[in-house]
Amino acid sequence: MRAAAPAREVARHVAIAGNPNCGKSTIFNTLTGLRQKVGNYPGVTVEKKTGRFFGSHGEPMELLDLPGSYSLQVRSPDEAVARDVLLGRQADVPRPDVIICVVDASNLERNLYLVAQMLELQIPAVVALNMADVAEKNGVVIDLMGLREKLGVPVIPMVATKGVGFIELRQAVSRSPLPPPAICAQMPIVLEREVMALARSLQVAPEVARGEALLLLTLHDQALEEVAHHERPVIVATLEAQKRLRLAGFDPLSAPVEARYEWIGEVCGAALHKGSVLDAHSITDRLDAVLTHRVWGWLAFLGMMTLMFFCIFTVAQTPMDWLDGACTAFAGWVGAHLPESDVRSLLTDGVIAGVGRVVVFLPQILILYFFLGILEDTGYMARAAFIMDRLMSRVGLHGKSFIPMLSSFACAIPGIMATRTIENRKDRLVTILVAPLMSCSARLPVYALMIAVLIPGASGLAKAGIMLCMYLIGIIAAFAMAWFFKTRILKGETPMLLLEMPPYRMPAFRGVAIRMWERAGLFLRRAGTVILALSILLWALATYPKPADEHASPAEALAHSVAGRMGHLIEPAIAPLGYDWKIGIGLIGSFAAREVFVSTMSIVYNVETKGKEDIEPLRDTMIAEKRADGSPVFTPLVCIGLMVFYVLAMQCISTVAIVRRETNSWRWPLVQIAYMTLLAWIGAFIVYQGGRLLGFQ
Amino acid sequence: MSDAGAESLGALPVGERGRVVGFDLPPEHRQRLLEMGLTIGAEFEVVRFAPLGDPLEIKVRGYMLSLRKREAAGVRIVRI
Repeated sequence: MRAAAPAREVARHVAIAGNPNCGKSTIFNTLTGLRQKVGNYPGVTVEKKTGRFFGSHGEPMELLDLPGSYSLQVRSPDEAVARDVLLGRQADVPRPDVIICVVDASNLERNLYLVAQMLELQIPAVVALNMADVAEKNGVVIDLMGLREKLGVPVIPMVATKGVGFIELRQAVSRSPLPPPAICAQMPIVLEREVMALARSLQVAPEVARGEALLLLTLHDQALEEVAHHERPVIVATLEAQKRLRLAGFDPLSAPVEARYEWIGEVCGAALHKGSVLDAHSITDRLDAVLTHRVWGWLAFLGMMTLMFFCIFTVAQTPMDWLDGACTAFAGWVGAHLPESDVRSLLTDGVIAGVGRVVVFLPQILILYFFLGILEDTGYMARAAFIMDRLMSRVGLHGKSFIPMLSSFACAIPGIMATRTIENRKDRLVTILVAPLMSCSARLPVYALMIAVLIPGASGLAKAGIMLCMYLIGIIAAFAMAWFFKTRILKGETPMLLLEMPPYRMPAFRGVAIRMWERAGLFLRRAGTVILALSILLWALATYPKPADEHASPAEALAHSVAGRMGHLIEPAIAPLGYDWKIGIGLIGSFAAREVFVSTMSIVYNVETKGKEDIEPLRDTMIAEKRADGSPVFTPLVCIGLMVFYVLAMQCISTVAIVRRETNSWRWPLVQIAYMTLLAWIGAFIVYQGGRLLGFQ
Repeated sequence: MSDAGAESLGALPVGERGRVVGFDLPPEHRQRLLEMGLTIGAEFEVVRFAPLGDPLEIKVRGYMLSLRKREAAGVRIVRI
């Protein structure tokens, strides 16, 4: 039975479900406005979006946005959450009182498949027939009365993007009483008997038993072995039932699907009239002729990526400078108003500088999410995966892994979060493991500094050329490592690709803006917690123990600190790369975040810098830095080797934290740190020692 | 429905139409194709191939679906 809920402050719990691309988010956004909350389901990292809206009599209702899915027979963690909520298995979410099933009227047949499964769950349902206008334009006439009769639940025609149908939808959801659906697809009698027998043996609420039994019976062997929700005898009973069905000539995996589509055929036959069929996808067809063309398609793709990175690296620069300036000014203000003390140093050098360094990346992350949102909304993302799939499949991944890797150029964190759409667990893991090899924006300050030391006064073209090489090294390493993991460690077949190519649509800017807002919030929250804690830790390592001499210079103090001693400690390990202990301190400092290298080096070399932009004094000091034997420390090989090290090394504590969360164990982040550090060391070693063998310096 | 004269979906050129008559695929792959509407008896049209020749895009039940040649080769069809 449904758990006796404590006095509920909302009249009804409503869930909104539907296929991807059916306009579900637009309906969710319009119903809830900005009364939204984004969180996580416990234990998994699937995003949980809820919001408040009001029924037609003003009664408050809680709306839960379920991840878009094609079927309750789940393949990805996202879909699993949708299923678990509907079956009442999700611990922190009550089983919904009503489901709004959103369907795309212009793609009714396939959209009705999920509806068919929902109706089997015995939860009162309302079908939101979205994009009614598109269907009409395509020459599809839907007989509403016929559809309502055939489905046995209220059907509300809607044009969510134009705000049409929301009054009726609210009314339908508020209606009382709201009976569970009376109709669902008829299963063949032999199958139905097995379903009922299995349902009786399940320890679940009676209203979900049949749905649960049907889902169990349609699982393939391996998935059945992984079921954790049921006792072993249930699994054995399921396997036996499947065997009996096969003997009777029914494939348990296909028969229910075919029965549902048969039912859908009847429903559509009665309610759907394809009039004079105009070319349903004419604009999409014409656009695709260009955008997936073997020449123009690549050009358009490259053009779009270039535009995106151009915006990320140039348009974002101005607000980043403002933020940087604001942080510096704030640190200065605090510094001026507090007496010289450890507390002041903690606040200015630890907290403000540390958090500020990360917060300056906010504009880039917002721009990235703006572009990703637009690409997703317009339907181009599916085309990008379509174009890239062949290349990705060479290393055993598929087109969907492309987007996370692309996003990782801005920052690995959104990239890793974007892997959630990858169905296969091993593929998702491989993508997560290699994503941080893509050069993220935090590496830029390091590259910029090292290029300045390598070639003072380098022309813009030379700089861009070196930068591009670093990006290429990262890309090649990512593909090589993906291939390595996929063929050696996380062996698995190249997964199946089934990708819907939705018609091109105008993006919903409001939805994109809401998503950017949410991302910004998540990012800042992380900056305020993990980054804050680590900045304090790092500050402490670089500050304590203090030298006995009170007048020691900052550089001497740093050498005396734990961080300085660690630099000495790791010197033997990094000496083959041509680094001394001072560079070692920089490497240790960058473990939390790569860009910290620049500020750590300023402290090591005792250089006063004003803001990030001003690297010239530091550059000159680094160029002049000599070893004990009088030779320069930063030879060309050391500079290039350092850059290669930064391309390949895992120096980002936020990424470690997010990988820990996404993989739900410490194992994979540790594997990642280990392999990337090794890779970075080998890379820098080859550059330095190989270069010396060839006679370079 | 007889399988006589059945070819695979992967062998069809762009613009050809066909009807699904069976599958030579592992059960879980077959199930996914079925759920996406590529059921036995479903009619489809090959719309295009990706720039590098794989995957391909078909139109089935009024929408566009792309799949790899490898899976397409396991879908038995007759031309219509």
